[in-house]
This record gives sequence, structure tokens and C-alpha cells, in this order.
Amino acid sequence: MKNKVFAGLGIVAVAAAALTGCSSASGSAAASCTNEILKPDATQVSVWAWYPSFEQVVDLFNQNHDDVQICWTNAGQGNDEYTKFSTSIESGSGAPDVIMLESEVLSSFSIRNALVDLSAYGAADVKGNYTDGAWKDVSSGDAVYAIPVDGGPMGMLYRQDILDTYGIAAPTTWAEFADAAQKLKDAGAPGVLANFPPNGRAFTQALFAQAGSKPFTYDSAAPTDIGIDVNDQGSKDVLEYWQKLTSKGLVATDEAFTADYNTKLVDGTYAIYVAAAWGPGYLQGLEGTDDSATWRAAPIPQWDPAKPVQVNWGGSTFAVTSQAKDKAAAATVAKEVFGTEEAWKIGIEKAALFPLWKPILDSDYFRELESPFFGGQQINKEVFLPAAAGYSGFTFSPFQNYAYDQLQQQVTAVTVDGSKDASAALDDLQSSLEQYATEQGFTIK
Amino acid sequence: MATHTLTTPSRRRATGHARRQRVGWLFITPFLVIFAAFLIFPLIYAFGMSLFSSTLATGTKFVGAANYLKAFTDPLFLGGLGRVALYAVVMIPAQLLVALVAALVLDTLGTWLAKASRLLIFAPYAIPVVIGALMWSFLYSPRFGPAGTIFGLFGLDAPDFLASSAIFGSLVNIVTWQWSGYYMIVIYAALRSIDPSIYEAARVDGASGLQIATRIKVPMIASSMVMVITFALIGTLQFFTEPTVLRSIASGALPAEYTPNMYAYALAFSYSQFNYASTIAFSLAIVVFIGSFGFLFLTRKQNGLK
Repeated sequence: MKNKVFAGLGIVAVAAAALTGCSSASGSAAASCTNEILKPDATQVSVWAWYPSFEQVVDLFNQNHDDVQICWTNAGQGNDEYTKFSTSIESGSGAPDVIMLESEVLSSFSIRNALVDLSAYGAADVKGNYTDGAWKDVSSGDAVYAIPVDGGPMGMLYRQDILDTYGIAAPTTWAEFADAAQKLKDAGAPGVLANFPPNGRAFTQALFAQAGSKPFTYDSAAPTDIGIDVNDQGSKDVLEYWQKLTSKGLVATDEAFTADYNTKLVDGTYAIYVAAAWGPGYLQGLEGTDDSATWRAAPIPQWDPAKPVQVNWGGSTFAVTSQAKDKAAAATVAKEVFGTEEAWKIGIEKAALFPLWKPILDSDYFRELESPFFGGQQINKEVFLPAAAGYSGFTFSPFQNYAYDQLQQQVTAVTVDGSKDASAALDDLQSSLEQYATEQGFTIK
Repeated sequence: MATHTLTTPSRRRATGHARRQRVGWLFITPFLVIFAAFLIFPLIYAFGMSLFSSTLATGTKFVGAANYLKAFTDPLFLGGLGRVALYAVVMIPAQLLVALVAALVLDTLGTWLAKASRLLIFAPYAIPVVIGALMWSFLYSPRFGPAGTIFGLFGLDAPDFLASSAIFGSLVNIVTWQWSGYYMIVIYAALRSIDPSIYEAARVDGASGLQIATRIKVPMIASSMVMVITFALIGTLQFFTEPTVLRSIASGALPAEYTPNMYAYALAFSYSQFNYASTIAFSLAIVVFIGSFGFLFLTRKQNGLK
């Protein structure tokens, strides 16, 4: 009888030990890197990033540094990575030392004290390497929360062959854009001129910004104050412009980044793709690109050709998280991983990134770069460099995800359901954001 | 077993009983440990979280039941509840009808075709829910799906299955396709357990096939049907997977707070409001609790539970 009890206890103990063995094997985050660590004795800094071809940049850094090594994993793209980061902030562990963040979500994380102020770790040393606009996006008052990496100055990519077939010139103003859309439809083309996605998020915001919209005023030095102005006249005019086009069926209202949308981008259903500088890289990565297609790039259409306004869509940075064990080493990684010409050659040629690092941004190599996808056109010189030079920074809210979801609901109501006009939709957006901000304890200025 | 001589019978029985109890607890302990670690403690922790309020600007503070008051007066939560209630009213009868009719027909016919059909109707349940929803999202897609071609054969325009007006029917279709087979098997098993001599007696009395089905078979499997409806009710009130998967292609028609479970998920993972998300999750649990126990109470004569 006693033997049976001991046998039972023994089974339980073995089972428990086996189970704990299972969990501890995957418990240590630092052990699993996608890349190879070249100097195992050096300090390891974990990095989450989703840049294409990033492993080569990491390998380059690891070869050139003896005291610090990068341990990189791709934790997902965009919101997928932010969800994991947000959960690890809440639980207090599991966040990487350095993380790739788009500039629009920096204040959402700095308000939760998840990012380290890099001004104490030598951020001022590299400030001169970046444009004023780019630096403004990563700073809030005196604090610097991230190091800029790439940007998304906007231009217009168009199918030369489709526009030539219907005798349409590439538009330079939004008025010409509307005329071109009408002309394309009248000629009986199977596709439309462009797409205005309801889930445009930063794209829609950039179009509003081009008309002078400054939706948010926020400074992390006074973290409980916020200014919200999303229903300004500029935004209303832009939304009304697009509503006219969508209601007449001249542009599509397909959701962006879906399989349908990707197919339509490459098969010529959209003749024009108003895109950021990472747009060409995105297009080249899609399947089914028509070999006979001729793509060209041109500056983004303007409201007033005498006073052109340049805008930005996306762009990412490297931030150091407050859970980093060795913050100085992590800051070194953030500053230097995309801080050499060699790293940027990989970034530009393999990942189609648009650098914000001035030594390569201002170089002849970058300016004269001929893009084979655009038939050898020097797209940087003609389109994206002027767009980047005119960019002066942008302020996002600390609840940008929520703001974008609300914006999407309103734009859907205007362009897809046709149940509201642009003015009412943006007024509703203003009141819902004000209500949310008040609920979250902000003081509206 | 050790030898016990001349002990009184009741003491021997008591010792054996206590020993069996101890050994029983010993075998349950591994499961209990995991159950406590992964279910009980997280539930307690989440309940604790739901009593606090954490705002982006001002941080965390204890609010107690005020969170629950906020949840039950939150128009997004109530709207989501209304939607899942509507889904329950439409989807459960639909699934039950398909399952019942299929089970009755298959029970009556004994041919190999019936056996094959049983497998085919059950097959969608074997597909993981996410895969099934992804598959249907491609079938519904205006570009990749067959709707355009099929409707084109009749010279009609294919309806947009992912528009706000049609998304309700589209989701009902996916869930019915997936779950009717499972419920059919449950009902079929219950039908198999009925003594066939009752049918013979009924036929002798002059009952037609339909009368046998509706007057004899259905009442006799009432407890199984109640069980099916209870499962379906609990599942529908927690509706999450299919709308979330479809949301990646139809985010205009399916806002983030479409169902209460989706709302809790969005609050936690998109807007970083973990405390309020816990509150919503527990509020939904309260509603499901009331709904399912209320239903079991109303059907206490038929459900076979004591």
C-alpha cells in the first residue's frame, strides 16, 4: 500500500518536473536570435524590426562591433508588433531592448513610460545627421525618444502606358487629377484612376495635412494636455473633394493592404498610386506585376501650384525601451545600426528604404540612383528628395490607433455608405476624439 | 493488499474509502495544478484588474464597481450585445433546423449514401475555425471568389457579400456551414438510442413517416436538443473568430467593436486599455451566464437535468 502511494507521488513529481522543463526551455528571450551572434562574449542587445533584408544590416553591425552584438527577431509588422510590445509593457517583461517604431506611435508609447529619453545617451551627437523635420518627429520638447531611420515622402506613381492609351497627361494639381479621373471614365476604361481607401490611416492624414491640417498638439513635457483640431476647413475640403470623386465612381474605395487591393495595384485597375517613397519597394514585392506595365514617378498633385506643400506617409525609427538591461549599449545600437554608408547601401538597394540619414541622403549616389522598376528614372532626384526636403515634421496623438479607427469609421460613412457628408463626418470625429481624450484624463486645450 | 485480521468491517471499509480518496486526489493533482495556474489564477487576476481604472494620462486607480457600471452603460458594448443577440436569434434556429432535418433524414434512410452524407456534413467541423473563415473570406471576395462567375451565368451582378448590408447574412452562412454538422452528429446519436420497436408500434397505429419524426422522435431527443441550443447560445454570445478573420478584408463593414468579445480584444490590444477590457470580458461572462442558465431554467422540463 505504501509503495503505491510512493509510486503515485513519484509519477506526479516526474510529470511536474517534465512540464517545468518544457516551459523553461523557451523562457529565455535572449537565447533565440534569427541572426548569428559572432562574438558570444559581448553584450547582447535584442532588437525587433521588420525591415526587408535587415539580417544583412545586422550582420554588418555585428562584424564591426566587438563590445555589442545585435540579437534580432522579426516580431511582426506594424500593429502586430505593437500589440506584442503593448502587452509586454503591461506585464513588465518581454520587451526587446531596441524596437522599430513608426513615428506615429512614438507618443502612444512614451506616455506609458515605455521609451527611454535618449538625450542622456548621446542623441545630440547624431542630431546633425538628420533633417529638421525628421528630428522633430522623434523629439518632444527637449526629450528625444527615438533615432530616425527611414521616411515616407509622398509622390505619385502612375502607369504611363495606361495614361498614354487614353491620352491623359499626368496631373500636377488636384483639379487636373479630378479631370483626368473623369476623362478616364468617359473613355470607357475598365479601371479607375486611383483608390481612396477608407482604412487609409496615415495616408488620409497626410492628404489632410497637405491642405494645412494640424490635427493634434501634444508635448510629452505636459503629458496631460492635448489639442485636437480634426475638423478644420482644410480637412473638410479634402474629404469633400474625394467624396465627389467616389460618389461618381471615378475612384475606388477598396480597403488598403488586402489581397484584392494588392492585385488591383499591379494589374492596372488603378492607373495612379499616390504613394510614399517606400511605395516602389511595396509594388516590386507584389506578385503578378504586369511585364508590359510602364511605371513612372511624379510629384504629388498640389492644391495651389504656386505654394506647393510636401507631406509624409509613414517612416520608422529605432527606440530604446525602458526594459532594456544595458541602456547605453542599446542606445549605441539604435544610433549606429543604420548609421553607416554600407548599411544604407543595403537598405536602399535591397529594402527600398528612403533614408533620413543626411550623409547618404545628400550623396550623389542616392540622388542619381536610377530605378530599374521605373525604367531607369531617377526617382529620388525628381520626386522624393524635393518631397523630403520640404517636410517639417508632424505631431501625432498618444492614442493614434483609436483616432485612426474613428477616422476610418467616418470615412467609410462618407465614401462607402454615403450616409454623411464630409463636414458632418469630421465634426463627429472631433467630438468623439474629444470625448475619448476627456475619458482618458487629458485636458483639452 | 495488506492482511487485516479480525478488524471490524466498518473500519476496514472506512480505511479503504479514505485511501481511495487520497489516491484519487493524487492523480488529479497534476491537472489541478495546471487548471489553477492557467484558469483560476488568471481569472482572479483579471477580475482584480477589472476593478481598477487606468487612463492614458493619469494612471491606475481603484474604482471598484464603477467600471462595471461604465461597461453596462457603454453604447459600444450594448450595441455589440444587441448584435450577438440578433445573431443568436437567427443563427441558432438555422443551425438547429439544418442539423435536425439532416439527422432525421439520415436516421430514416440506412443506405451507404446516408453514411457518406453524414461524413460530408460533419466534415466542415473538422476544419479549424480560422481556416474556414479565411476560406470563406476568399470565396466572398469580389475578385477571387466564384460569385462573379456564377451570377454572371445568369446575367446578374454578384452582390457584394462584404458590404455592411450583407455582412450579417455572410457571417450566418459561415457559422451554419461550420457547426450544423457537429450538432447533427449529437442529435443523430440521440436518435440512435431510441428503441426502434416504438416506431413499429407507431406504424401499426397508422402514423406516417412525418408524424413519427415530429411526434415521436423530436420529443424523445428533447434533452439533446436543449444541450445543442445551450452550446450554440454560449458560443454565439462569445462570437469572435469569424468576424475578426473577415475584418482583415472588410474592416469597413466590421468595426473593431462589432461583438463584445471583439470589443474587449480591441480595448486591450489596440488601445492598451487592459483594465476596461477585463471589465468588458467579465460583463460578457455575466451576460452569458444569465443567458445560458436562464435558458436551462426555462426548459427544465425538457432538458433532462435534475
